[in-house]
Amino acid sequence: MIGQSPLRTVIAHAMLILGILIVAFPIYYTFVASTQTLQTILRPPLPLLPGDQFWNNYSEALFGGVGRIGGVSVGRLLLNTTIMALGIAVGKIFISILSAYAIVFFRFPLRMTFFWLIFITLMLPVEVRILPTYKVMVDLGMIDTYAGLIIPLIASATATLLFRQFFMTIPGELVEAARVDGAGPWRFFFDILLPLSRTNIAALFVILFIYGWTQYLWPLLVTNSSNMNTIVIALRKMVSFADADTQWHLVMVTAMLAIVPPILVVVLMQRWFVRGLVDSEK
Amino acid sequence: MVPPASSPRSGSVTPRVVFPNKVLPYLLVAPQLAITLVFFYWPAGQAFYQSMLRQDPFGLRTKFVWFANFRKVLADPAYLNSIKVTVVFSLATAIVAMCVALLLAVMAEKVVRGKGLYRTLLIWPYAVAPAIAGMLWLFLFNPSIGSLAYMLRSFGIAWDPLLNGTHAMILLVSAAAWKQISYNFLFFVAGLQAVPKALIEAAAMDGAGETKRFWTIIFPLLAPTTFFLLVVNTVYALFDTFGIVHAVTGGGPGKTTETLVYKVYNDGFVNLILGDSAAQSVILMVIVISLTAIQFRYVERKVHYG
Amino acid sequence: MKSFGFAAGVAATFMTLSSTSAFAVTQISWWHAMTGANAEVVDKISKDFNASQSDYELVPVFKGTYPETLNAGIAAYRAGQAPDIIQVFDVGTGVMMAAEGAIKPAADVLTSAGMTFDKSQYLPGIVGYYSKPDGTMLSFPYNSSSPILYYNKDIFKKAGLDVDSPPKTWNEVWEDAKKIKASGAAACGYTSTWLTWIHLENFAAWNDVSWATQQNGLAGGDVELKINAPIFVNHFQALADLAKDGTFKYGGRTSEAKQIFLAGECGIMTESSGGLGDIVKSGMNYGIGQLPYDSDAKGAPQNTTPGGASLWVFADKSDEEYKGVAAFFAYLSKTEVQEYLHQKSGYLPVTLAAYEATKKSGFYDKNVGRETPILQMTGKTPTDNSKGVRLPNLPQVRDIQNEEFEKMLAGQQTAQQALDNAVTRGNAAIKEALGN
Repeated sequence: MIGQSPLRTVIAHAMLILGILIVAFPIYYTFVASTQTLQTILRPPLPLLPGDQFWNNYSEALFGGVGRIGGVSVGRLLLNTTIMALGIAVGKIFISILSAYAIVFFRFPLRMTFFWLIFITLMLPVEVRILPTYKVMVDLGMIDTYAGLIIPLIASATATLLFRQFFMTIPGELVEAARVDGAGPWRFFFDILLPLSRTNIAALFVILFIYGWTQYLWPLLVTNSSNMNTIVIALRKMVSFADADTQWHLVMVTAMLAIVPPILVVVLMQRWFVRGLVDSEK
Repeated sequence: MVPPASSPRSGSVTPRVVFPNKVLPYLLVAPQLAITLVFFYWPAGQAFYQSMLRQDPFGLRTKFVWFANFRKVLADPAYLNSIKVTVVFSLATAIVAMCVALLLAVMAEKVVRGKGLYRTLLIWPYAVAPAIAGMLWLFLFNPSIGSLAYMLRSFGIAWDPLLNGTHAMILLVSAAAWKQISYNFLFFVAGLQAVPKALIEAAAMDGAGETKRFWTIIFPLLAPTTFFLLVVNTVYALFDTFGIVHAVTGGGPGKTTETLVYKVYNDGFVNLILGDSAAQSVILMVIVISLTAIQFRYVERKVHYG
Repeated sequence: MKSFGFAAGVAATFMTLSSTSAFAVTQISWWHAMTGANAEVVDKISKDFNASQSDYELVPVFKGTYPETLNAGIAAYRAGQAPDIIQVFDVGTGVMMAAEGAIKPAADVLTSAGMTFDKSQYLPGIVGYYSKPDGTMLSFPYNSSSPILYYNKDIFKKAGLDVDSPPKTWNEVWEDAKKIKASGAAACGYTSTWLTWIHLENFAAWNDVSWATQQNGLAGGDVELKINAPIFVNHFQALADLAKDGTFKYGGRTSEAKQIFLAGECGIMTESSGGLGDIVKSGMNYGIGQLPYDSDAKGAPQNTTPGGASLWVFADKSDEEYKGVAAFFAYLSKTEVQEYLHQKSGYLPVTLAAYEATKKSGFYDKNVGRETPILQMTGKTPTDNSKGVRLPNLPQVRDIQNEEFEKMLAGQQTAQQALDNAVTRGNAAIKEALGN
């Protein structure tokens, strides 16, 4: 770094630490709650340091607790959620990169029509169009299927927008050079565009995996069998704010279970992400 | 390098070099188009039809009323109020979420030691499901029952979002922005990484100070990233926050935090007034289409692509 | 590889499980919104019912919160995929009743399956709530609760109050709350969950005053709210006055205030009887009293009305399915099942026999306070003011009421203004909903 005074470095560290405190505190606090007794959780305020119930709570939740309330084993819940999250991440990246490629690197009749047809869909939450979308699912026989969990959720344009933004920054010389070398669109796509898009894909994968992992209302609606439930649904099923006892200590453990896999994805994918960046600087 | 800026060149969007194929592009857009048509336009069309009906929830009695639902919604003072609420909320959320994230990303670029660790710790909160966040919020952070509120009260701060509309809005914006910081941070870090170091060093040798370097070189080069995030954050604040409103304030106190999308949700999903709710979603769709169009037509012109 | 093997294993077990049960038995689907310990009760009851006979298989499915479950049911009905049974919360009762072609009355389900339905065996206050004005039972009561008063004995002691005599009237509540606050025993004297349900709907029933015209909407037709009558205004003005110095603390529109009470911030709380579980588990030294009444009301205390949910049966199912539903309802009415449900979940028993049996078992001696909501609901024969309230858009009307209360508690308007506004806006919304 150039011209960095020590004071500025200290300020930078301080701000980062403050930022981490703000964004990460809720998760830390959930962890704290997951190591307390039910009684402690029920009588706020909650302590700021972890309690001594870590092993008790986690073993109780993993070996029976969650399954008893959720109606399905933890393994099944995590499996369903993983399939859904992976399906959404891979599916959306696949369709988006192709359509963005077409829109940026080709000129064809109706191109702008397609462009607008796709970008209008940027986002409209499921809740707003819930009845008609559900009807479509029933008509297509997609209730209680993984396809039903996955495909409707990849119908939005955010990923396409991101790829388009990125592709627009690729110098025309690259395409020209490829064409001079006699490379067709597929060779260009696989040999040049895909490697260049690596960091984009990694970032999108993280975001989409988490998006898929954290869905609640859609899986709730399109699954009728508890065998198709996801971890977030099971979690919500465990929590009762009115009228019933809630095993809060188990709930907090399940919350941690629901949070940890996506965190792993973030952390592991970040290595890809950073490596891609380092490569690109060469 | 997510949308990066490569070698800076003058001129705005240059005519692109393209491939001459005739059929291939159609095949490439086909999957996305098919899914969009079946799972977006088909239901959206039905929502549009629904917006012209007066119907009981079970669809047993139906009356076609043309645009009566729209007239009713647009004449409703509560609706006009929620437009105001939405504008304030969306602007505040997008600005706060982007500024904080940019600041943190710039700081993360500056430090040498612990860079990776900081980055990781700032990104992973993004992994929390909204449904979980809402639950935790209520239990741990709720103004009346959560531990944070408890601490504030024990310091003697009259913090009462349950009855004070301004407090409620502050709380809501913090919650919504909080969820988005990690996302924005991820993209800003990537954008910053792609800024050519040589360029910054050259500017430094010319005697440009740190602040000047940021505003004259780095920030313009971040424009594609900023544009992307602007779109995403606006859309997020407009559409994807009803869950947070639901968990944090429920639109209250009074109607001081009832945003447009929360009203759609509440009228349709809770109160089961389908016609009004559908009319509102159609209006929302029109709003988002115009916003997208404006952003692409006008804001993007100012975005600097390499 | 390991995970693939695991996945395949799970899939294989799942397939064998479903293939063995798919033949011959009729599946009865039951969509519910029960969470926490109550979700376990649902699963247990379903398992036991399935084990008790071999013709039907009851499949319980969790469908989210009450509004989410209702929406899922409506969406499914409109797509021709409705479940057999759906659990609908009390405020959704009006919506379901208006959907006459979409549902089959529970009484019809039972009689057409050749079973007799003896209404006198059920708790009148509860069954009345889920019946048409002519007495036909439309849905089967599953979980019912009623508001009662909880107080923190430690705080009472500190404030110099008698720990064994909870306040009986609202005036006594205000006095005790002031003492708690003034003595510094707690930061606030009194809080309450569900202002609309407890301080309007149950306040009206318990004091035998009218909440709305047309028997509080039960008789149908053009309903008009009556909640700006002086007795309501005085009650809410008292709350608004106490809120000024924090003697009364507002916790939110639903059950959030329970946490304030659990944290020991407030000495007295009115809450659903279903909220008892958390309070017991928190280890607090608590006491229970009847819902307070207004000492100026002539008929008070009359009876309280239930909250909770009931089971509705969708129309257009096969006879086999209806027979299965009837068999399940009959099973659910069994004394031992009701006893289990009541004692395990904290909800009220639906049948008198289950209440008597629980009483005999000495359960109420060990669990003081669990009988209070039943006594409140069964003490007197319900009047036109106390059978419950019914509107096609009760959730919306409650929203309006809450909004006006919040403005009042923030000091922006008086109780009179708040309730007048609630009536005007509420009546307009009701008219709109009935015009559908």
